[in-house]
Amino acid sequence: MNPSRGSARRPLSLLVLLLGAVVFLFPFLYMFGESLQKATTGDLGSAIPRPGTSGTQNYEAINTAISLGTSLINSGIFTMGVLLCTLVLGVLAGYALARLHFRGRGTLFASLLLVQTVPFQLLMLPLYVLVVRDYGLGDSYLGMILPFAINSTAVFLFRQFFLQMPPELFEQARIDGAGELRILWRVAIPMARPALLTGTLLTFIGPWNEFLWPFLVTKDASMQPLAVSLAGFMSNLRGTVENPAGALMAGACVLAAPAVVLFLLFQRHFTQTNIDSGIKG
Amino acid sequence: MSLPLISRSQGSGHRPRPQSGGHPSRSQGGGHRPRRPSLGALFVSPYALFLLVVFAVPLGYTVWMSFHRFYFTAPGADVDAPWVGLANYVDVLTDPVVLRSFLNIGIFLVINVPLTVLLSLTLASALNAKLPLRSFFRAAYYLPYVTASVALVAVWSFLFGTDGLVNKLLGDLAPDPSWLVNSTLAMPVVAVFVTWKGLGFFVMLYLAALQSVPGELYESAAVDGAGRVRTFLTVTVPGVRHATTLVTVLAIITGSNLFTEPYLLTGGGGPDHASASPVLILYQKGIEQAHPDFAAALGVVLVLFVVTLSLIARRFTEKNDKKGA
Repeated sequence: MNPSRGSARRPLSLLVLLLGAVVFLFPFLYMFGESLQKATTGDLGSAIPRPGTSGTQNYEAINTAISLGTSLINSGIFTMGVLLCTLVLGVLAGYALARLHFRGRGTLFASLLLVQTVPFQLLMLPLYVLVVRDYGLGDSYLGMILPFAINSTAVFLFRQFFLQMPPELFEQARIDGAGELRILWRVAIPMARPALLTGTLLTFIGPWNEFLWPFLVTKDASMQPLAVSLAGFMSNLRGTVENPAGALMAGACVLAAPAVVLFLLFQRHFTQTNIDSGIKG
Repeated sequence: MSLPLISRSQGSGHRPRPQSGGHPSRSQGGGHRPRRPSLGALFVSPYALFLLVVFAVPLGYTVWMSFHRFYFTAPGADVDAPWVGLANYVDVLTDPVVLRSFLNIGIFLVINVPLTVLLSLTLASALNAKLPLRSFFRAAYYLPYVTASVALVAVWSFLFGTDGLVNKLLGDLAPDPSWLVNSTLAMPVVAVFVTWKGLGFFVMLYLAALQSVPGELYESAAVDGAGRVRTFLTVTVPGVRHATTLVTVLAIITGSNLFTEPYLLTGGGGPDHASASPVLILYQKGIEQAHPDFAAALGVVLVLFVVTLSLIARRFTEKNDKKGA
């Protein structure tokens, strides 16, 4: 906006921004640096790995303590299940909300907006009683996926995108005699690729980072996603390894990496939607 | 419980939202009439069923549970749940640990809201100019927001541990007992952690809000001879007040629903519940100690608390709106 004003206070702004960047990035650097130290000292210098004192021992230690491979597979199945349901059932719902007429459409859309304001934590107890106690779905992927299966923010995003498409496109396809599923598959989805990408990214970080729900559902260590098994290591298993802080940092790096990499690759898609859905709320 | 709210706000579904462009109203209003009304219903039925199973049923179940003496049972077993009226609510509201957890929301808000508003507005204003490395800064601030809480809590517990880097840098000034086991400092550290993790989101929010402050206002402020600080206070701050309301409302919701942070960072809301959140108590009482009826009543109280606080926050800024206009 006011670039002319900006030039006068440029050095000050840059200094503030740089200071901010250090505060935000330092813990990440420290996490990575310490994960490579043979012996963690907690010193400032250990943020930077040096040859001689660094190695991959901490990654081996955390792998032995919580079996990283199994945890990663569990995280992957949990996340992929949610993604699959959201991309199939959520796109269908978004399309119908934007382009089709049916009874109760207004009510359903209002519910979509309403549920986004209900924090998951409030549903935790009744869902736990229903899923784990009544349906017996404890320690199962289905039980883990169920409460997250269709991401409402993604449904909202899909609806907005389908609404923005020129209605003439759909009219023309209908005149040509195409069925709704065909129109969705051949006309709407190819045009909605950016929305699908954003929806995928935003749906991915939810279950991947989620701790509370899988923590309640999985008691069996071989079913726990990485966030849960790493938290378990943090509270109970520190004594089982030689360098607990280093092993913890190594596990944290593995847990953080996929979301960080996706974010760095598709930065704009992340920030844009979250702001849109935030302003809406 | 959610039903009256839904039917009241029903109308909003038909109105096209402002950001959805110009087309929708045409296609929705006139144009094609429903030829196969059942197809739309078929497409949304999985999602509608999902909302019913995952939101409506649990919400109703909590309210029911909160008025009954309820026990965990094995799947299939049938045990009576007698009606107990408000007994669970009395238990909740007289429990000192619950009251402490609500006080902790207050501590959280007092630290989180001013810090978030101040820091994100400062960083957003600095970003709102032609500067080198802008996209690098945006990415840096946003990074904690997309990263798993468990990973970041691990780093913070290490940094703020008794032998951690923060205490090493402070030397003799390090607090004793250390940060996370100190009953005065534990909750503030949790609040600062949550502020740090979420700040990137609010920087982007304020950045978007700053774009919508009309440039003429800055020009007329300059004509009036207002200095940099006065321009900031009289033009920028009122111009982004809607974003500030959102920060407050979201902080109320976040503060009431903390779980991962007190559970892992301060070892279960310690020391002696000094950093416990209502949701952590809900977990400890409801699931660990198997009193789901108590926890259900606590959940209902928490919802009412959050809704009331949010309405007050909104009313407060609306009043300021009228004064400003």
